[in-house]
Amino acid sequence: MCINMIYEVRISYKPGVQDPEGESTLEGLRALGFEKVEEVRSAKLYVIKSDYDLQQIEEMCKRLLANPISQDYEIREVKQHSSR
Amino acid sequence: MRDIKFCVLRGPGTNCDIETKVSLEHFRCTAEILHINKLIKGERSLLDYHGLVIPGGFSYGDRVRSGAIMGKTLMKKIGNEIKKFVEEEKPILGICNGFQVLVEAGMLPGFKEEQEVALGTNSSSRFEDRWVYLVNENRGNCIFTRNLKKVLRMPVAHGEGKLILPLGLEEEYLDRLKRNDQIVFRYSYEDGTPALGKYPHNPNGSIFDIAGICDPSGLILGMMPHPERAFHWITYPDWTRKGLKGYGDGYVIFENMVKYVKDNF
Repeated sequence: MCINMIYEVRISYKPGVQDPEGESTLEGLRALGFEKVEEVRSAKLYVIKSDYDLQQIEEMCKRLLANPISQDYEIREVKQHSSR
Repeated sequence: MRDIKFCVLRGPGTNCDIETKVSLEHFRCTAEILHINKLIKGERSLLDYHGLVIPGGFSYGDRVRSGAIMGKTLMKKIGNEIKKFVEEEKPILGICNGFQVLVEAGMLPGFKEEQEVALGTNSSSRFEDRWVYLVNENRGNCIFTRNLKKVLRMPVAHGEGKLILPLGLEEEYLDRLKRNDQIVFRYSYEDGTPALGKYPHNPNGSIFDIAGICDPSGLILGMMPHPERAFHWITYPDWTRKGLKGYGDGYVIFENMVKYVKDNF
């Protein structure tokens, strides 16, 4: 029996970096009549099931998942119970 | 004459390898299309080649970010081999996805041994696939652009080609690139005036209209436009109307790369 963790890693653009996908989505929502939408920012979510600890997940973000120049990362731990 | 051998490195999803090989071999050398896994498994060594081209395409399906998986994998698995290759002053050309790989690998702009700049999603949020004008701004450092004319026309085809410099350090980085003569191509109008960020002449919103940069030594060039698609005039959309004959604007880049190797190895 092992206890795996589930981590949700959220990658988003740093504030100040243009988010073209968010901008297009905003335009699309407004075109549909949702005029009160002020801003849309896009993000990407990775769900990682692993025995690694938080520090190592952070290492993954630094080394591959997030671009250090333009993106931020946020890690959320979701504990998962035993799997056989 | 000794046999000159180039490596055209492909990964899963690379799709411009054949035309890149053909462009190099036009200058009487051998260009071998090699899969990255052969290097990773140690079946082949990069050091057996005189030059490296990382061609365009969608390596690893552009997952995570364009060029990220291939760039990081290369450095992790054969970083020492690449380092040696660079130390031996062998030329490296990254085209489109190849440029993205070089940036993710931290080989461009080459100030530090880690990733320093990014090629982000085009400002238009679209895949920009069309012919653009480029102005060649290099003052002689880049070995690929010697004797190249001032204004060029080549196609771009990318979704992530906007050069982004570290926030707050943009001016510092630009100054350094200019000082080191690392700026090679800028997006421009037909007369060679830089696009100054104006769409569609600057197709992706790249800072300072940058389309291609080299490292401080001038031996590593990364560019978003495709010289291999501008090798012959017959690939230009208006070649019949304009009665164009002979070779296109990408020709000299490959010619210079092969010539450099022939002169130095």
